Amino acid sequence: MIPAAFEYVRAESAEEAVALLVEHGDDAKLIAGGHSLLPLMKLRLATPTVLVDIGRVPGLSYIEERGDEIAIGALARHHDLETSAVLKEQVPLLAATAHQVGDPQVRHRGTLGGTLAHGDPASDLPAAVLALGGTLVAQGPNGRREISALEFFRGFLETALGADEVLVEIRVPKAAGAGWSFQKFNRRAQDWAIVGVAAVVNGTTGIALVNMGSTPLRATAVEEAVRSGASVTDAAAAASQGTDPPSDVNASSEYRRHLATVLVRRALEEASS
Amino acid sequence: MVLVTVEVNGSSYQHEVEPRMLLVQYLRETLGLTGTNIGCDTSSCGACTVLLNGESVKSCTLLAVQADGAAIVTIEGLSGPDGALHPVQEAFHQHHALQCGYCTPGMVMAAVSLLAEEGELDERGVREGLEGNLCRCTGYHNIVRAVLACAGDRAPVGEVGAAGAAAS
Ligand SMILES: Cc1cc2nc3c(=O)[nH]c(=O)nc-3n(C[C@H](O)[C@H](O)[C@H](O)COP(=O)(O)OP(=O)(O)OC[C@H]3O[C@@H](n4cnc5c(N)ncnc54)[C@H](O)[C@@H]3O)c2cc1C
Ligand code: FES
Ligand code: FES
Repeated sequence: MIPAAFEYVRAESAEEAVALLVEHGDDAKLIAGGHSLLPLMKLRLATPTVLVDIGRVPGLSYIEERGDEIAIGALARHHDLETSAVLKEQVPLLAATAHQVGDPQVRHRGTLGGTLAHGDPASDLPAAVLALGGTLVAQGPNGRREISALEFFRGFLETALGADEVLVEIRVPKAAGAGWSFQKFNRRAQDWAIVGVAAVVNGTTGIALVNMGSTPLRATAVEEAVRSGASVTDAAAAASQGTDPPSDVNASSEYRRHLATVLVRRALEEASS
Repeated sequence: MVLVTVEVNGSSYQHEVEPRMLLVQYLRETLGLTGTNIGCDTSSCGACTVLLNGESVKSCTLLAVQADGAAIVTIEGLSGPDGALHPVQEAFHQHHALQCGYCTPGMVMAAVSLLAEEGELDERGVREGLEGNLCRCTGYHNIVRAVLACAGDRAPVGEVGAAGAAAS
């Protein structure tokens, strides 16, 4: 399957990418790793007429300590995350979640910025960034702005990014020594999560759900229950509150609700052990 | 059209390509390297796996223009100049790790990348490391045996492409 024809431009910097987005407007689309976009283009579900390649922009693949946070360039690939010594030590949840994405070939190409900007509720890393309460940095024509992960996911494949903005950085609080867990339930190796749960217990508890609605979701009812001293089982019982899970070939919405309860319980047990 | 310069199996190539040309098409149709197979064409089966700067990638999910400037190794580039099999190919041969052979080029390339990346590999590591590659024939057992045999005999495995001869 071959994508519909398009014009290809390679951006050498984030500024240039923004300028190209401004110049070409709605017809343009950024491509980073291409591992969400190209499959859609091959099926002609996406038909951008100008592809702006940011995959080569230098200096956007870093993973570094910055004060109380770890700062990650938007082009850091899943493989960079899963093998990063600083991430394994400071935010093991993120490194472990990256390891669960797809397969090695996918992880060699897919980027953290791409998976966040794509805004697919079935993706793994967005839930981890949401559970951690991360901050996303977008660059647009008027400079940079910060967006809380809690405000970033707006709807199915819809984020707070403007059409002329490039996601350049993701920051997450350091959580060395915090309890954490990533639970991914699927039926075959390499598959997407039918339901997934990212949890971090670090004084406060952050829990986010994969594939339980049109966006990645914080399990706020569970977090509140934990805060007020509920047992793990009682807290997990609130896992599907406020969710709207899809029904598809893999699972009914009812089954997903059940899975969420089971996986949140396992995540809380693992994170607090 | 966009000018693309790549190194494939140690040789340099330059072509004007349509931006929408997939890397697998470029390798098969422009360069005539048909060892890289297309299985699913939907990023799932791994039959089209090649090495891009030493790392396994699915060439059906990469544009040729994205590979501009990269060094690529396909199954044709693994063996030494004298035709000697690369240790992973040799292990697949010895352990009967193929039946119809359709998945084999991709499976071998994925295994080469995995062996180069992982310091230690046990059976679980091999199975998980090859999760991006499907085989409809073998039931995987002999593939896993072949890769484990290479993991036990590490030295030459990271060497690919032109250096393959050193491994024989
Ligand atoms: C076979 C296969 C299996 C997979 N399995 C999983 C899985 O199990 N779990 C999972 O979570 N994911 C999975 N994925 C998806 C994978 O993680 C993608 O790589 C990722 O979702 C997108 O990253 P990318 O860099 O490839 O983005 P691209 O495909 O390049 O881009 C995706 C979207 O984001 C936009 N974009 C990209 N970068 C930026 C940026 N910096 N700023 C603004 N917009 C940007 C693009 O315009 C596009 O709309 C799988 C993919 C494949 C092909
Ligand atoms: S043909 Fe590329 S993954 Fe199947
Ligand atoms: S040997 Fe036939 S698909 Fe693997």
